[in-house]
Amino acid sequence: MTVTASPAADSVAPAAPTRRTAGPARGARPVLMAAAGALVALVFLAPYLVMIIGSFKPRAEILRVPPTYLPEQWRPDNYVTLWSTPETPLPLNLISTLVISISATLLVLVVATPAAYYTARHHFPGRTIFLLVVLASQMLQPTVLAAGLFREFVVLGLNDTWFAMILVNAAFNLSFAVWIMHSFFAGIPSELEEAAALDGATRLQTLRRITLPLVWPGIVTAIIFTFVACWNEFAASLVILSTDANQPLSVALTKFIGQYDSAWQYVFAISVVAIVPVVVLFALIERRLVGGLTAGSVK
Amino acid sequence: MARADIPAGRRSARAELIAAAPWLAGVLVLIVGVVLFPAGYMIFNATRDISPFGVDRGSAGLENFARVAALDALPRVLLNSAIWVVGVVAVTVGISLGLAQFLNKAFPGRRWVRLAVIVPWAASVVMTSTVFYYGFDPFYGIINRALVDIGLLDVPFGFTKQPVPAFAVAMGVAVFVSLPFTTYTLLAGLQTIPDDVLEAARIDGAGRVASYRLIVLPMLRPAIAVATLINIINVFNSLPILRMIAGSIPGYSADTTTTLIFKLIQTERQVDTASALSVVNFALVVVITLVYLRIARPMRED
Repeated sequence: MTVTASPAADSVAPAAPTRRTAGPARGARPVLMAAAGALVALVFLAPYLVMIIGSFKPRAEILRVPPTYLPEQWRPDNYVTLWSTPETPLPLNLISTLVISISATLLVLVVATPAAYYTARHHFPGRTIFLLVVLASQMLQPTVLAAGLFREFVVLGLNDTWFAMILVNAAFNLSFAVWIMHSFFAGIPSELEEAAALDGATRLQTLRRITLPLVWPGIVTAIIFTFVACWNEFAASLVILSTDANQPLSVALTKFIGQYDSAWQYVFAISVVAIVPVVVLFALIERRLVGGLTAGSVK
Repeated sequence: MARADIPAGRRSARAELIAAAPWLAGVLVLIVGVVLFPAGYMIFNATRDISPFGVDRGSAGLENFARVAALDALPRVLLNSAIWVVGVVAVTVGISLGLAQFLNKAFPGRRWVRLAVIVPWAASVVMTSTVFYYGFDPFYGIINRALVDIGLLDVPFGFTKQPVPAFAVAMGVAVFVSLPFTTYTLLAGLQTIPDDVLEAARIDGAGRVASYRLIVLPMLRPAIAVATLINIINVFNSLPILRMIAGSIPGYSADTTTTLIFKLIQTERQVDTASALSVVNFALVVVITLVYLRIARPMRED
């Protein structure tokens, strides 16, 4: 076992280490660097720009040979007609995605927080084994276990239900949540809690007033990370959710892509609708992705 | 690391376990019920004869494994899996090393570049793959048109219509979506290297190359190990990219073991054979991981 080279493993410093030691450099160098940076950003954004532009093309134009780079005719109403297409009941797919992701995230929070807190604060026989089992569960992904999950839910009569997918999403995202919150809890000196106890605070008050506010960044990171992973889940939904109306957006979107005829403008419009919110959420925890992420994965 | 322990003095191990149980119960129930149980159940199913409608028709011994071994496509699929994992992970880590180095330097607008880099990480892989599938279409594909317009191609090419080019495109997409996580993990590693160590090396006359090779890389070793391991697991288990980009190609010549499993479950409805292949698949991930740990020795202390 190695300690990941991460500053956040024990002391969770909230300040992301930004390095500007050398001070503003002079000459052409920063300009060149900025230009290279812009190029890198463009490469990473390019597919999503194609997506956004494509979502505004009329159906006839997006299938035209040769294709146009920019729409000759901008069709913002694609974003309206999208919700009532014969291919799939999209409003229901959105509800499905929301219900599954939110419920699974809440479930993760409810079960992972106490475990993370307890393992960070107490030594007990089996603690290491517990943490290792949690870590090892990360090696097994829904994709590996799809055949087993499918059969399990068939036997339990839960196949093709939201509940099954809530369980799957929660279980396979626990590992990260437990580890990241564990490292945050471990980073709070226990003296702080003891002092509160001496001042007459009950255990619950200490947790609410002292501990939780300090680990809040870790909890937010866990929430966002879990939510985004559930939101994008594909493999298990594909085999477990067979009814159109139950499927999440990631699966529903493939209905628009046919062997001979594809409604790409809708594929891209759904994608934009689905991607923008999670990118915003991810941007909120960007600073912690640098320091805190690996702290959770290996220790 | 100081920890506040229960002040009750020495309690029996049993009492401590009972005290811990309520705090850990939720996690344990979920992991046992939805991760470990299906894993065991899948191994069990691999030895059963299951009808296409899901009826368990009794023991099949090792017949399912024999059926997997007898698949005509198996050698090709195994080779594909190896190329897929080694190729995607190696290229991803290589590019990420450079990208992390770059994003670790201060320059105007760096924050925005970093935000742009996380977009493919946050975005659904299925959705990202659709753009490439569309873009490489030989008729209306915009990437094909761009390649013709800048003179790299004379006529649009059907990248997604034949196994080998489609597989190569899918590998490129897999690298693209793996870069953000890998880069951020390496970036985290780079930030643990104290400036004064590099400063000292510079004073001692080490050039850029020397200080990178002798200081940065060794100190980055744990971060590289974590990034590589997690990438191996993720890339090996990746379904959506190949399914989207090569999914319409008949046969199994652009399949990895993972995508083949899903074809067996969904189109062939052979859950028993699929279970056997899944067991093989999981064994393969473990073997690849162990081989990596043995060859690269990422945990070596020196």
